[in-house]
Amino acid sequence: MCDQTFMAITFGPCDNCSTTSPLMNIYIKNEPTNYCSFCVEMMACQGLLKGETLASLKNESESLKKKLEEERAKLHDVELHQVAEKIEVVSALSIKTRRVLKGHGNKVLCMDWCKDKRRLVSSSQDGKVIVWDGFTLNKEHAVPMPCTWVMACAYAPSGCAIACGGLDNKCSVYPLSLDKNENLAAKKKSVAMHTNYLSGCTFTNSDMQILTSSGDGTCALWDVESGQLLQSFHGHTADVLSLDLAPSETGNTFVSGGCDKKANVWDMRSGQNVQSFETHESDINCVKYYPSGDAFASASDDATCRLYDLRADREVAVYQKDSIIFGVSSLDFSLSGRLLFGGYNDYTINIWDVLKGNRVSMLFGHENRVSTVKVSPDGTSVCSASWDNTLRVSRALGMPWLLVLYSLT
Amino acid sequence: NTGRMARDMTDKEILKMELDQLKKEVSTPRTPVGANCQETISFVEGLAADDPLIKGVPDDKNPYKGDKGGCIIT
Repeated sequence: MCDQTFMAITFGPCDNCSTTSPLMNIYIKNEPTNYCSFCVEMMACQGLLKGETLASLKNESESLKKKLEEERAKLHDVELHQVAEKIEVVSALSIKTRRVLKGHGNKVLCMDWCKDKRRLVSSSQDGKVIVWDGFTLNKEHAVPMPCTWVMACAYAPSGCAIACGGLDNKCSVYPLSLDKNENLAAKKKSVAMHTNYLSGCTFTNSDMQILTSSGDGTCALWDVESGQLLQSFHGHTADVLSLDLAPSETGNTFVSGGCDKKANVWDMRSGQNVQSFETHESDINCVKYYPSGDAFASASDDATCRLYDLRADREVAVYQKDSIIFGVSSLDFSLSGRLLFGGYNDYTINIWDVLKGNRVSMLFGHENRVSTVKVSPDGTSVCSASWDNTLRVSRALGMPWLLVLYSLT
Repeated sequence: NTGRMARDMTDKEILKMELDQLKKEVSTPRTPVGANCQETISFVEGLAADDPLIKGVPDDKNPYKGDKGGCIIT
């Protein structure tokens, strides 16, 4: 068998087999090495089963993907908006911004509602996490974090603690004290440790466990008290940007989405990836379960939001418009699941009719990208956080009453 | 699978992982879209009448109404 001809700068004993021959300068795990051409060939074939090459694996993968598409297509008898043709259109919405929360010194990256429906927690690039009373605009707590870009924050179900993290690669829990003078930072508890930035976090049904997503490509479940890793979830092939827990009535699953354009549904107990969807054309920035628990939606840099039905195991709706060309960073559903609120990088919030597939309204006001959109637990308000350093709380009310209240602290 | 991160895996290992996942998914139980969409629509119609962002909240239940202090900026 003939060797390929190659330029050899070195001639000497091979680092692997010691044969004196022309050597190829290669790097193994960043270490410079000199192998003879035969050893280079042998190394490239290591780990492959008989007859198995990268090309054969790729082919098998492609044909399985095609088979999966065929299986899914067999059940694609109709589109969601077609089934929804006969229902009434949504009546004209009267949603307007009722509160503007000012106080962060830089981009607001994340927010979460408390179950009491009036408190919120928000986190910012300025390294601060603030707990607000949404009615009075009082800042109840302000916690300085040791890092900037606090990309994720969450309120505990009890309302007695918050979790947050970001570029520190950790998720930390802070118990909230009634004593305003108490130094919250001193009571910090580091729970999750990832090897890259924390992109999302949420408590499970209690204050005892936290689910996290990370730029390291994994999601993980942690015990808050001990900081122990209970389960890790592997399968994404790039940064995971978002996760959402299934509504508690529908069982122990959660969905995640990321830069590999995939949305994965996971079984929390086994750590298994049970369903996977790849129809977006760019990064998935946010995923959210439908109120019924039988579907979920995703928001992407490809300027679309998509709805996936878990029982049909396929995408059933795409919320898009030719005039909408900016990425969607975040989304949430109204209480009944009729409306979908999407926060976009063109500073607006588009409100979609989930069933009919058309846009029914828009919310303006932010002066920079919308980073997070979340509907309150009782469905009465929608809060949006933005790179313009503010948060806005919007509601549908009988009487338009627009006040801009500036915090006096 | 020992559960390593994608960036520490070779191309071959990533392909194998994706292949194993696809093999599992091909046999996932599925039901027709039409029937599932009907159920989704019924779910929504059952709740839509009480969706506060669609129908609004009457003034007497509105905690944002009223003078809580502050100023109106023109």
